Amino acid sequence: MNKRDARIGILFASPWILGFLIFLTYPLIASLVYSLTNFSILRPPKYIGFQNYRELFHDQVFYTSLSNTLLYVAGAVPLSTIVAIGLAMLLNTKVKGMSIYRTMFFLPTLVPMVALGTLFLWVFNGDYGLLNAAFHKVNVTPPNWLGDPTWAKWTLILISIWGCGQAMVIYLAGLQDVPVSLYEAADLDGAKAWAKTKSVTIPMISPVILFNVIMGIIGAMQIFAVPYVMFPGGAPARSTYFYTSYLYDNAFQYQRMGYASAMGWVLFAITITLTTIALKLSDKHVHYEAN
Amino acid sequence: MTLPNILGVTAAAIVLAGAAVLGDKVVSRQTRTDRVTVIYWEKWTGDEAKEMRKVVDAFNRSQDRIVVQYLSISGVDTKTMLATAGGNPPDVAGIWLENLYEFSDANALTDLKPMADAAGLDASYYIKNYYDPLTYNGGLWALPSTPASIALHVRPDLVPKEYSTPETFPKTIEGLDRMVDKISKKKDNGDLIMAGFLPSNPGWWNWAWGPYFGGSLFDGKNLTLDSKENVRAFDWVRTYAKRFGAKEVQSFQSGFGTFASPQDPFMEGKVATEMNGVWKANYIRVYKKGLPWFAVPFPYPEDRKDLEGHSNLSQDVLTIPRGAKHPKEAFEFIKFVQRQDVMEGLCQGHGKNSPLAKVSEHFFNTHQNTYIRLFDQLARSPKAFNPPAIGILPQVRDELNVAFQEVSTEQKKPDQALHDAQQRMDTLWATYKDQVLNR
Repeated sequence: MNKRDARIGILFASPWILGFLIFLTYPLIASLVYSLTNFSILRPPKYIGFQNYRELFHDQVFYTSLSNTLLYVAGAVPLSTIVAIGLAMLLNTKVKGMSIYRTMFFLPTLVPMVALGTLFLWVFNGDYGLLNAAFHKVNVTPPNWLGDPTWAKWTLILISIWGCGQAMVIYLAGLQDVPVSLYEAADLDGAKAWAKTKSVTIPMISPVILFNVIMGIIGAMQIFAVPYVMFPGGAPARSTYFYTSYLYDNAFQYQRMGYASAMGWVLFAITITLTTIALKLSDKHVHYEAN
Repeated sequence: MTLPNILGVTAAAIVLAGAAVLGDKVVSRQTRTDRVTVIYWEKWTGDEAKEMRKVVDAFNRSQDRIVVQYLSISGVDTKTMLATAGGNPPDVAGIWLENLYEFSDANALTDLKPMADAAGLDASYYIKNYYDPLTYNGGLWALPSTPASIALHVRPDLVPKEYSTPETFPKTIEGLDRMVDKISKKKDNGDLIMAGFLPSNPGWWNWAWGPYFGGSLFDGKNLTLDSKENVRAFDWVRTYAKRFGAKEVQSFQSGFGTFASPQDPFMEGKVATEMNGVWKANYIRVYKKGLPWFAVPFPYPEDRKDLEGHSNLSQDVLTIPRGAKHPKEAFEFIKFVQRQDVMEGLCQGHGKNSPLAKVSEHFFNTHQNTYIRLFDQLARSPKAFNPPAIGILPQVRDELNVAFQEVSTEQKKPDQALHDAQQRMDTLWATYKDQVLNR
């Protein structure tokens, strides 16, 4: 490529490059700098070294919000993965009108988060909610999904299934890439459905699973809108107070932008660590065609 | 230099020059050249916004020099803060009293005292309990838009006949508790059908329970969340978890509709009494016209008769953010709102009492709230109280909400919950003093 071509290429890419530099790189670097300052937005930042980070590690609410978030990740990611794979397998069968079913299962992911939160307030309402009405019909005493601190987090984990349509589509694409010859070979060996799933399907889509799990971890670590709408202030008693809610409150309610920036970088470090662990654990379980 | 380079540099120069020339126009909100445009951001929506718009229209008609542009926005506190930091704030911001101290500490507001004193809007013009909290660190940071006082609302049809008038209703908290035991209804399985009273409904002023028992939250230097009066108040809150069952209350309350709906628990008869503001009458009129109710001051502890007539106060306020383009014109508008006839019209429209020391008989006689005189008396009561004037008020409020929930759900005992809240707030207060006040 000659210089002229390179210049033209850069020129065409420049809107994206400018956007990346202004809206991503600059805030990223700025937040790192702010995390080392006492910054209330309304006054210029003042350098305080690592004080925000030190304070963070002595902050009880930081630990509460972090443990709530990690519990959510531990519940929501596996549950969504299982449901998304299950749905993708069902939607990979040869049934008439399949494109309609696929659309139907994907549609929920298009619902805005705030609308989703409001909708589920009605579904999970302890008194007149749809879910508990169904439980009462079969004479089962349901829990108070929203008001009981023990159940509130599990409610959110259940709600996370609603958004698994995106992962489902990726799994579906992965499933369609599995060579039919492998299933035929398994059939010749007399393998039943579960054996084929365990020994053919899962290993063959394992890179897709890894990708979705990592994306799921990153997304779940940043859960914000739904609990913010459904459980203001992390009620009851901070049982649904998540990391990003605390970060938001510090930044915009308590005007502690420096502290919130430090929280952002700690979240980044935790997410990187979890992602690395997931990648390391995947070494023996993920099969790539190239291997 | 090649031709493409020259063209590129020229294009960049044109863009930069255009930005320099038009930049101010792009961020300016000045819409007319014949009048100064005052930008006014306010939190209200719906009917409350309509009432304020009437005031704005009246002001715009009353003179030919200034035009106020009214914008109803959500999250007005956060947006005002960010706009102020960005150097392009509104000229008038309608925020909550609770925001005032942190904004003031951050030097984000204009001191209105010189302009207010010159306009005759001094302390004597207002009810003391409403004016005093607007002054802080020697400055006057806001003037009222609409205020409120809080009282116990009672459904006479749901309480025993002997308690069914304001005069005969129990005056003490112990009397209220006895009445609650008498009238609350449960199913055989313990599920609540009707509660005589619930401290957690509507749950908007959990910080105020301590002061209702004679406690305070701030002594001017230190926070006192775990004082013995505050612990006593939370002990009383706990008796309700014991009386009805924590899980039963949670389940019962999860079926409550919002206050601005016919499913409001007070209107539906799920609770016989409820702490609420002067505005409640407006909602009853809209959603359950004809509902029998009356209001009384919240009862006092039997051994603290000196607290009789107490009420927690709140108010919406008008401020001029630092860096506002037209502070003098903005104050002209604020001054207009403070005019007795304008203020009374606005407060009537919002179903609230007036913050002004002088109130016309016409206001009382035509107000939609039958008990407006009571709310006015409560606002003037020497026992009425405001949230503490402290920059970390949002954190104090949140921490007491958590302590309240921990006690209500029986996760912690009152002394433990308040001790934990105190410890956390002590750390935050020390940091705040270091990072904001002593900066």
